[in-house]
Amino acid sequence: MVREVVDILAVNQIEVFYHNVIQVLKGVSLEVREKQIVSLLGANGAGKTTTLKAISGLLKAEAGMVTDGDIVFMDKRIDRDLAHKIAKMGIIQVLEGRPVFQHLTAEENLRMGFIGSGGEKDIQKHLELVYGLFPRLRSLKNRTSGFLSGGEQQMMVIGRALLSSPKVMLLDEPSLGLAPLLIQGIFKIIKQINEERKTALLLVEQNALAALEIADYCYVMENGRVVMDGPADQLKENEDIKEFYLGLSKVGSRKSYKDVKHYKRRKRWLS
Amino acid sequence: MLTMQFLVTGILTGGIYALVAVSIVLIYKATRIFNFAVGEMLALGGYFCYSFVVWGGLPLWISLPGALVMAVIVGALVERLVLRPLLSQPLLTIIMATLALSVLLKGIMLMVWTGYDVGFPKNLLPGKTVLVGMIAMSHELLWAFGITLVAFAGLAYFFMKTRTGLKMRGVSEDHELSMACGVNIVTIFAVTWMLAAVMGTLAGFLMGYRLALAPSYTPLLALKAFPAVIFGGLESIPGALIGGLLIGVIEGLVGGLIDPNLGEVSAYILLLLVLIFKPEGLFGLKRIERV
Repeated sequence: MVREVVDILAVNQIEVFYHNVIQVLKGVSLEVREKQIVSLLGANGAGKTTTLKAISGLLKAEAGMVTDGDIVFMDKRIDRDLAHKIAKMGIIQVLEGRPVFQHLTAEENLRMGFIGSGGEKDIQKHLELVYGLFPRLRSLKNRTSGFLSGGEQQMMVIGRALLSSPKVMLLDEPSLGLAPLLIQGIFKIIKQINEERKTALLLVEQNALAALEIADYCYVMENGRVVMDGPADQLKENEDIKEFYLGLSKVGSRKSYKDVKHYKRRKRWLS
Repeated sequence: MLTMQFLVTGILTGGIYALVAVSIVLIYKATRIFNFAVGEMLALGGYFCYSFVVWGGLPLWISLPGALVMAVIVGALVERLVLRPLLSQPLLTIIMATLALSVLLKGIMLMVWTGYDVGFPKNLLPGKTVLVGMIAMSHELLWAFGITLVAFAGLAYFFMKTRTGLKMRGVSEDHELSMACGVNIVTIFAVTWMLAAVMGTLAGFLMGYRLALAPSYTPLLALKAFPAVIFGGLESIPGALIGGLLIGVIEGLVGGLIDPNLGEVSAYILLLLVLIFKPEGLFGLKRIERV
């Protein structure tokens, strides 16, 4: 396979085991190019989060290991590196469920995201950028973050990731548990971050419609494998994606046993 | 008047307990490990200071910082040699390892400093007993209290104003999230152990100066700190200060007014009551739950 120079992150045929026995990924490959939004779709347990954690190195903290294949970031192999090193290189993962440092204030949470050796001035500059993106956070900055609302916490979590000006952001289900209106807002911001700051994004989403809407390229995972990939607008038109992920189906509302079997047969290519 | 005297002595002694308590709290907060070797670590720190003063003949303003430097080294070594190999092992294993460490350190102290009591020269710190009205405050206790306050003020500054302090607070809340933020949590653990060793060494020196040092009973100072830690809530640094003072006061009052032997156990009786009625301690972090 000829790899183009514009790739900044490439995952090549990785296999991941937990505790040396439980295989979660069975050869996953994907690429993220500069300034690209790539989304990773799939059902629960398909291995999306594991893929992200394999890239960010957090896997090692939970007894997981990349046993085969490699992960290359800006021409450097990173699958053996520890999480904080990978973060310093410029890959920041925004964890699922918008975890915050509950007892720290909102601004302290943002400051936790600052990686680098710059002084207070540097931090202020980065904080201003984040406050520019999320004006609401400025007014909340001295609040204990455990008491912020879900939407505010999500803003803070994304803001915290931005504070280190990452080259690639790995977003794990940013829409989880948010109201539809808030989800729209968050996706708008994600698009804005990508366009204004040229940050490449790898986005894991259950909300396939929204993800396909903003993504440039898309991978579909099932059972620890990538089973389909293509430009987002192409996948949007794909009949199977429509049926299984977007909930659009030509089949009428009545489902007979025959249809169920048909579903199983159709879905087999996916697994 | 006698009550006041016991109260004041209790508060001043409590400062030393608070230093030990905060040494436990620091480690617990960052790593969830309850360090059973805290007593031996503080005794070791006291012995370092003693060796500089008595064996080396150095003045205190060199000896005490010297002992603190040694404490930092010991803290780093303990983290590197005992705790780091056990990273991601079950918590109980690690806590047992701290117990083993306590036995090991006690053995080392017996070998190097023998089992006999040793003491600092009494005029090591300047000053003499201060009389306020009828209340006497011995100069070593006043020094102890002053040093405690300075140490706590330093900790407060460190945690609220410095970047490493912020990282430590972050790590104490969530390890995975801290790693995702680019914090090297192993370094933070090492810093925590060093800081805890420094606090312990201060306590060890002050206790050694007040009474004497011996491998047999100096480590028992930690037993006084356990109820202080539980009172304050395992995760609260101000709680450790207040808990320590409280233990000092209770012990002073009960021991002075009722029975010295009862004084020794009074803190534990109260500890039982606190555990029954307010298990998270008086100042423990309340879990934030949004409904």
